[in-house]
Amino acid sequence: MSTATLDAPTQDDAVQSFTVTFIIRRFDPEVDDEPRWQDFDVEMFATDRVLDALHKIKWEQDGSLTFRRSCAHGICGSDAMRINGRNRLACKTLIKDLDISKPIYVEAIKGLPLEKDLVVDMEPFFESYREVQPFLIARSEPGAGKERVQSVADRARFDDTTKCILCAACTSSCPVFWTDGQYFGPAAIVNAHRFIFDSRDDAAKVRLDILNDKEGVWRCRTTFNCTEACPRGIQITQAIAEVKQAVMRGKP
Amino acid sequence: MSVKTAGGSPTAPTTSKRISGTLYRGREGMWSWVLHRITGVAIFFFLLVHILDTALVRVSPEAYNAVIGTYQTPIMGVGEVALVAAIVFHAFNGLRIILIDFWSKGSRYQKVMFYVVIGLWVVTMVGFVPRHLINVFSH
Repeated sequence: MSTATLDAPTQDDAVQSFTVTFIIRRFDPEVDDEPRWQDFDVEMFATDRVLDALHKIKWEQDGSLTFRRSCAHGICGSDAMRINGRNRLACKTLIKDLDISKPIYVEAIKGLPLEKDLVVDMEPFFESYREVQPFLIARSEPGAGKERVQSVADRARFDDTTKCILCAACTSSCPVFWTDGQYFGPAAIVNAHRFIFDSRDDAAKVRLDILNDKEGVWRCRTTFNCTEACPRGIQITQAIAEVKQAVMRGKP
Repeated sequence: MSVKTAGGSPTAPTTSKRISGTLYRGREGMWSWVLHRITGVAIFFFLLVHILDTALVRVSPEAYNAVIGTYQTPIMGVGEVALVAAIVFHAFNGLRIILIDFWSKGSRYQKVMFYVVIGLWVVTMVGFVPRHLINVFSH
């Protein structure tokens, strides 16, 4: 057998690359009064992600482009942004899944205060998250072996809502949240759901009272934007509907 | 910094004049909600006017007749088509929203139910519009 397979690929074998136009909504609070749109042409491969394009722009064209990213692999939830009019994680959006015959629009998520370029102030989002008490509140001591034993069925009851990475793609896709920033938002309700339906938790009543508010679950208008936007595939509207039912029953 | 990119050099950034991409591209759920809002507000204003014109009969029957008489024009006839279209959509989509809220599988079938709503709306309008327009334009 030939050992030539490890040779550098010739020009013919090279993976085809494409020039992709990105139109990014820029905002520098020290210079701009209003956000503005700026074009960038980037050479991309089909298997690249939008995050790779942002990196290329920042590293090779304009170092002032500002965005958040940490793990870059869809786990940390830092790089939620609006790409072609839909909220997604830049690190999970492949170029091949977008129509590159047209420019790709990238802008910050909506409904939270814009700080710079693609960075928004997440504090109102986390404020709502903290308000639903997203931690285990148990009134009893753990059983023998110091573990709180749970059946497989009980664990499965809230499995979907444990997947949340707090990227805010859902909350900032919600038309109700855009016009009413006081609304708890899908992410906070998802994380309340995760503990309300946990058999080990004893504070479901407290959380249901918090969410049985004018700005709580009843603000949800079932537009399903959150479910469409969730990069983790959580059935968010379903979870909110279950919390609504639990509020009406008065128990999980 | 070495500027060496595959196949082409990066072009200088240009400022785009096109303002686009600001509209959130929701899917069936969002657009059904938008339509539900628009038809709801439209029906509210119709009811407001309708209550006022009906209340006119208490002021004077002649004034009532005069106002109702102006409704019997082809323009209002076409307006009635829009009114019925709005009410029929709002009614069927209202049932869809009730099912999403109270049926445990409602949110799973919300897209299917949206197209069922559109289908029922089309069937109802096909039954109503020709007959109504014949009445309006045969006077």
